[in-house]
Amino acid sequence: MSRKRISFAVALALLALFPFAGATFYTELVTKVMILAIFAMSLDLLVGYTGLVSFGHAAFFGIGAYTLGLVAPKYDAANLWLTLPAAMLAAGLAALVVGIFVVRAKGIYFIMVTLAFAQMFYFVFHDTKFGGGSDGISMNFKPVASIGGFTPFDLASATHLYYFVFAAMLLVFVFLRVLLRSAFGRALQGIRSNEHRMRSLGFPVYLYKLASFTLAGALAGLAGYLSAMQFGFVNPEIISWHESGNVLLMLILGGLGSLYGGVIGAFAFVALQELYQSVTTHWQLLLGATIILLVMFLPGGLASIGGLFKRTLVGDADDE
Amino acid sequence: MDVYSFLIQLLNSVQYGLLLFLVASGLTLIFGIMGIINLAHGSFYMIGAYMAFSLASLTGSLFVAIVLGTVLSVVLGVVLEWALFSHLYKRDHLQQVLLTYGLILVFEELRSIIVGNDVHGVNVPDILNWSLPLTDTLSYPVYRLFMSAVCVVLAALLYVLIRRTRLGMMIRAGASNREMVQSLGLNINLVYRLVFALGVALAAFAGMIAAPVSSVYPGMGTQVLIICFVVVVIGGIGSIWGALVAALLIGLADTFGKVLIPEAAGVTVYVLMAAILLWRPEGLFRRV
Repeated sequence: MSRKRISFAVALALLALFPFAGATFYTELVTKVMILAIFAMSLDLLVGYTGLVSFGHAAFFGIGAYTLGLVAPKYDAANLWLTLPAAMLAAGLAALVVGIFVVRAKGIYFIMVTLAFAQMFYFVFHDTKFGGGSDGISMNFKPVASIGGFTPFDLASATHLYYFVFAAMLLVFVFLRVLLRSAFGRALQGIRSNEHRMRSLGFPVYLYKLASFTLAGALAGLAGYLSAMQFGFVNPEIISWHESGNVLLMLILGGLGSLYGGVIGAFAFVALQELYQSVTTHWQLLLGATIILLVMFLPGGLASIGGLFKRTLVGDADDE
Repeated sequence: MDVYSFLIQLLNSVQYGLLLFLVASGLTLIFGIMGIINLAHGSFYMIGAYMAFSLASLTGSLFVAIVLGTVLSVVLGVVLEWALFSHLYKRDHLQQVLLTYGLILVFEELRSIIVGNDVHGVNVPDILNWSLPLTDTLSYPVYRLFMSAVCVVLAALLYVLIRRTRLGMMIRAGASNREMVQSLGLNINLVYRLVFALGVALAAFAGMIAAPVSSVYPGMGTQVLIICFVVVVIGGIGSIWGALVAALLIGLADTFGKVLIPEAAGVTVYVLMAAILLWRPEGLFRRV
């Protein structure tokens, strides 16, 4: 077994055993991180594998979250098995419609247009009454996972929720990994490295990009749904462009185009956030400064620290 | 809607459009010439507005504040280009996005530390603090006309600068082929620094003259930034002329959207963008 595999297995085991270690606070915190990891992995499909730098990915996260908020009955619990697919479907549909417009755009255009569309969703939820306006929607009950009267787990319990999210994260990871090794995934990566060549080989590049955008949107919707479930409320701030920026930051922190980079990045981001928030209320100043330093001096993300180290110590023997 | 209220809305939309043009022209120039996507551009507008607020209350005159603020913003532009942006030219867009996103966080948080999070008003200077009567009940504030006039003058100056001067020639040359300009012995780095400072100064200036009308509040930079992205996308990236046309279009769509379909006011601008994207994915006008 390679070193990579061993560290992978250790990380998995640690995550699987984590709730036994103790405090509910940390169980909930790691649940939040794993939800962000799903969000980051969905963006990695776009940025790291298809070469589409989206600055509006929070829109689909938000739509997934709002779906739960909107369909959940006020005085009763929603059914998980109905609302979860509904949220992914809604986010995926929204991504399909937005994608029809934005996927035509390239490079810097794409960045600007995705940001603008996300902002449009923000205004829709912020300015109209149907999503509760700027207050958002509070949910009094967590969804129940009952199938015909049988309830396999209870999402109101922090531990059960933790394992549900953990399973969802693993599923998304495995799904994306299989997808990216399929012919479809190879084509996406081909588009990323050379779009012209893929086009002249006869690939319908536009449709591939649109499919990738839609899928990434649906997965972001899953993350949004889980987040709304965990915190019991949604408001327009989850669509704000800060969220889109933060998830990009997670990807960069963890390293692009590796899937698990999104997971590492989510952990690193939340750790940074918690650390800075404990130091000062003006923690965004520290976060901003960190981002600037990161881009200036460590453009490859945290994962490149090892390589950097090796190069300065041993000399430039192997390229990464 | 009668003729006079229509006229008022029209003047408002032109004024808004021209103001947007000042901010968007810097954004599109910086992209067109240096290939940099600058999310922090809206922050310069915010910084301008806050400078107008603090310098005007310090010196007692908005005009003095604007002159001082413009000088300061040029300095800010030169320093930022030297310290950060000059390292970004060869990086990919993703890293530019991230660094400038980090800059926004820094600027917003510094603003909150220095001035706080309150909404502030800036007084209209006394000479301009009157209204032009249109009918018995309707009148139009002269300060808004003054803003539009200043923007038109600046737009004309920008045109002359780019089309008719030696520096403008270098700017246009730099936009189309950087290496060639360099091998002809021109100092392209100096051109970049000047263009960046010009963009910062234009955005800050827009913030300063808008301060009495729009008031000064946290988050104003972001709002302007995103609308300016829409302007640049519609106009075509790198095109000053496109930015002007698109800014005026957005001004019209936004102002009349608010009057005619108030329920969808927040969305009209984006619908316009979507329609233009379908029709011309590269924007109305491409290139300088």
